[in-house]
Amino acid sequence: MPLNKSKKKTPMPAQKPEVRRRNFNEVALGYTEEDAVNEAQRCLQCKKPGCIQGCPVQVQIPQFIKRIAERDFDGAIKVIKETNSLPAVCGRVCPQEEQCEQRCVVGKMGEPVGIGRLERFAADWERAKGVQVPDLPAKLSKKVAIIGSGPASLTCAGDLAKLGYDVTVFEAFHKPGGVLVYGIPEFRLPKAIVQEEVEFIKKLGVEVRTDMVMGKVLTVDDLFDMGYEAVFIGTGAGLPKFMGIPGENYLGVYSANEFLTRINLMKAYSFPETDTPIKVGKKVAVVGGGNVAMDSARSALRMGADEVHIVYRRSEEEMPARQEEFENAREEGIIFDFLTNPVQIIGDEKGWVKGMECIRMELAEPDASGRRRPVPVKGSEFTMDVDTVVIAIGTGPNPLLIKATEGLELTKHGYIAADENGKTSREGVWAGGDIVTGAATVILAMGAGKKAAKSIHEYLQSKK
Amino acid sequence: MFKILEKRDLAPSIKLFVMDAPLVAKKARPGQFVILRIKEGGERIPLTIADYDAEKGTVTVVFQEVGKTTRELGTLKAGDFIQDFVGPLGVPVEFPHHKKVLGVGGGLGVAPLYPKLKMLHEQGVEVVSIIGAKTADMLIFEDEMKAVSDRLYVCTDDGSKGRHGFVTVVLKELLEQGEKFDEIIIIGPPILMKIGAEITRPYGIPTMVSLNPIMVDGTGMCGGCRVSVGEEIKFACVDGPAFDGHKVDFDELMKRLATYRDEEKISLERFHGSHECKL
Ligand SMILES: Cc1cc2nc3c(=O)[nH]c(=O)nc-3n(C[C@H](O)[C@H](O)[C@H](O)COP(=O)(O)OP(=O)(O)OC[C@H]3O[C@@H](n4cnc5c(N)ncnc54)[C@H](O)[C@@H]3O)c2cc1C
Ligand SMILES: Cc1cc2nc3c(=O)[nH]c(=O)nc-3n(C[C@H](O)[C@H](O)[C@H](O)COP(=O)(O)OP(=O)(O)OC[C@H]3O[C@@H](n4cnc5c(N)ncnc54)[C@H](O)[C@@H]3O)c2cc1C
Ligand code: SF4
Ligand code: SF4
Ligand code: FES
Repeated sequence: MPLNKSKKKTPMPAQKPEVRRRNFNEVALGYTEEDAVNEAQRCLQCKKPGCIQGCPVQVQIPQFIKRIAERDFDGAIKVIKETNSLPAVCGRVCPQEEQCEQRCVVGKMGEPVGIGRLERFAADWERAKGVQVPDLPAKLSKKVAIIGSGPASLTCAGDLAKLGYDVTVFEAFHKPGGVLVYGIPEFRLPKAIVQEEVEFIKKLGVEVRTDMVMGKVLTVDDLFDMGYEAVFIGTGAGLPKFMGIPGENYLGVYSANEFLTRINLMKAYSFPETDTPIKVGKKVAVVGGGNVAMDSARSALRMGADEVHIVYRRSEEEMPARQEEFENAREEGIIFDFLTNPVQIIGDEKGWVKGMECIRMELAEPDASGRRRPVPVKGSEFTMDVDTVVIAIGTGPNPLLIKATEGLELTKHGYIAADENGKTSREGVWAGGDIVTGAATVILAMGAGKKAAKSIHEYLQSKK
Repeated sequence: MFKILEKRDLAPSIKLFVMDAPLVAKKARPGQFVILRIKEGGERIPLTIADYDAEKGTVTVVFQEVGKTTRELGTLKAGDFIQDFVGPLGVPVEFPHHKKVLGVGGGLGVAPLYPKLKMLHEQGVEVVSIIGAKTADMLIFEDEMKAVSDRLYVCTDDGSKGRHGFVTVVLKELLEQGEKFDEIIIIGPPILMKIGAEITRPYGIPTMVSLNPIMVDGTGMCGGCRVSVGEEIKFACVDGPAFDGHKVDFDELMKRLATYRDEEKISLERFHGSHECKL
């Protein structure tokens, strides 16, 4: 195949920053067939491809890229789907610069091959033409229950359905998809894609039951009583953390979860067409430096804020957000206040936020996480005028289901303890995704769902 | 979809629905609530479970039409369907060792008070209750309360029925007369719960209140329902909604309830524009 020796990735068409900062449409528009073939020709088809090692689910990258270069798009998506059941999602949201693309040799002398973009292209190509439902094996008449409907659960459910199990997904919210629907905004991951993934697993025969707050409506014990023979828990890391500083209960202070849920899941951007309101002021501060902070800040801008700051206590280098989102945010005009930490939130007499007192930080020796530890600079306090504060400093495990389930061993941080196949301390119960690892990534959650499905299959086969 | 089996007008702008919701009914306990969403695009709003029947698979809710969503709810009839009806949420209340309890319910608060007193009554606990409303026709659940109370006091703000005055006046009198209770449960508007808790405080009687902050998910994932209780921040949907009334920061709760006042107005006006309401 011909080689494209460009040091740079084939650019992906995108909405211009001045335009997109005020709308919720997808930012990146995706490759055309020509773009994709062109980019695929940058891949050297390495004998020992580093890229595969960098991918948590070992997508056979050179193989699928080769097929794109050969215009065998059908073949490409087939290769990807052998290990990744949500490529349209992963191609968009994987932190490629730390995973597949980080290990790509082409990246040593310029930009790596745009693996994520190509994956997205192949997936979108298949979507446009209509995803085929595979032939399903005969039903095994064995029931499996899946709790939650994020990427871990959807993957686990899909894999088990393909093996012939009778699978039911129980989701607390009125809409399935987990963080993919309530957290990650439309402009980064169109909800239609998540909807299609859900429709796909339904076509595989999976029953999806919404409004099911498990632990309250039904417990794990109830599920076994109802004849389910195995249970997979994929409830995510949805418990919001607050900073524990004075003033966090003033009006106009949101957890990122609430902020994003109101906007994405409840569609507050269409208020008053839709009924759920949100209050986004003129000057917004988002505290944190991960994807969640980027999403909150960029959503605030799109809701009409004049000025949006990201307040992060470490420096640019330590920021955990995806590189692409950081760049997008900066282009859109988000202001980054690095090495800055909130000390207290200040309110007016009616209880509304009117400012946030912060302190400057400097970096000391690396801490346990290997990142340099931020320490406050004495006497450097200053006050930002803001009317909205969004706290995006991380999440923990939601104890609701855990408390209602006996016999589940937990880690010291309250996550569910599970082995590498997702097996928990309780017989017949598996867990995977953020509820095991703590907040991580879509691809890791998906991988966990896959492994658990395999392990559940083995268990149910041997049980007979 | 969840079917409305029965609808009753309890008072002007206060309505009761009996819902077909077998799974909710099976697990429901006093003190819990549901979150409902009328239709696609609708808001998720919490309502207390006012009664339930596990055998029939029914759950009763009572609501007051205050804004867009509750008014729209009020336009529905028996036989209509509600898109989402999630529950039971929140922590059930329990009173394993009580001998005598006083229940105080103001306005709509009588509905959430009722299932708790009913349970106590069934446990053989002596129940004294005080219920009140603005006017006689706004009084709800009088018969139900009578059935579960050993003694019932009725008050109205305008004197159109029972004692003239607030429920807190009777509460104060009973305590001043030296009557003792193992626990006092006060449910009503935040201001009533605040005043009530101040009245009981000097007597050192445990006082339970049920809080109504703005909620979204009802599962502990958004933190929007956070309330200050003593030194701690609690999420009312999963840690409550019942809390120790002597520790709750009611002023903060009342402020937070006003967060969306402007938007609520817009939403309501728009709703009136599209419906021929008599308001
Ligand atoms: C704003 C945001 C941006 C992100 N951006 C990225 C990104 O760019 N790239 C990336 O790789 N990762 C990103 N992540 C992380 C990624 O989304 C998560 O790691 C992933 O979604 C975890 O999947 P999961 O299946 O474990 O759980 P979740 O997606 O969290 O889904 C859990 C589901 O379980 C449901 N549930 C919880 N409790 C119960 C219960 N008791 N009963 C029934 N259902 C229940 C929840 O409602 C939810 O639907 C982001 C996360 C957030 C919040
Ligand atoms: C645990 C709990 C139990 C409740 N039980 C009952 C009940 O049994 N009967 C009843 O009539 N009401 C109950 N409420 C209050 C009820 O949820 C609100 O009246 C309703 O949400 C108002 O919606 P609206 O659109 O009609 O009015 P809006 O115009 O939106 O709001 C009117 C007022 O209701 C409050 N409110 C608004 N949105 C919410 C929300 N999403 N969650 C909570 N409060 C909100 C605010 O104080 C607001 O100012 C309960 C609230 C909670 C938290
Ligand atoms: S799944 Fe993610 S990490 Fe793996 S190849 Fe695709 S984009 Fe890269
Ligand atoms: S490392 Fe880069 S160049 Fe080599 S096979 Fe993988 S994508 Fe192609
Ligand atoms: S309503 Fe979201 S945490 Fe309570």
